[in-house]
Amino acid sequence: MIDIQITDKPLDMQACINMVMHPQCGGIDVFIGTVRELTKGKQVLRLEFEAYEAMALKEMRKIAETAFEKWPVQRMAIHHRTGVLEVGEVPVVIAVSAAHRAAAFDACRYTIDTLKQTVPIWKKEIFENGEVWVAAHP
Amino acid sequence: MKVKVLAFGIAKEIFGSRHIEVDMAEAANVQQLKAVLEQQFPRLKQLASYLVAVNDEYAEGPQALGERDEVAVIPPVSGG
Repeated sequence: MIDIQITDKPLDMQACINMVMHPQCGGIDVFIGTVRELTKGKQVLRLEFEAYEAMALKEMRKIAETAFEKWPVQRMAIHHRTGVLEVGEVPVVIAVSAAHRAAAFDACRYTIDTLKQTVPIWKKEIFENGEVWVAAHP
Repeated sequence: MKVKVLAFGIAKEIFGSRHIEVDMAEAANVQQLKAVLEQQFPRLKQLASYLVAVNDEYAEGPQALGERDEVAVIPPVSGG
């Protein structure tokens, strides 16, 4: 079972965990992304996330399907938030369950690493004296 | 033909709009679209990289474009 969501509402971490619970699973691995207050020593006021939603949903599903091919995992939830997020808020939650923990850890790490490379979602960091689209420029 | 191009992230700021229309020759491809866009919006060339998506899928340079395609400029992604 794969559950992919993009929403502008706060993410429900417990719901992601509940969604991947399964009697055949011996463990759940969860990655929670959080908004950090400093980038290269500069104070971040907030982040703004934007998604090309139709394509982002498709790309996230591809990542999950690849993870299911590579590792014996049971269920996966990938939820990503858009809009304005304050420091400490949660832009992404990935939860993966598997019979044994190694597969859950590996699949979870693969999923967040690949999401950051391929899924069309962008974040803008807002500082006191300006704003920057992350990774846009070399 | 007219190709509608969606823009996200910094590309939206470079275009000054969420979408633009670009005049292209019939059966133009992705590479030709990039050349036209870079001529109209030289700031695209300053990006670390950017890709083009056609109908929600990443597209390579030789892929042909049609008027009905949903085309999007994808600047470097930074989700998560």
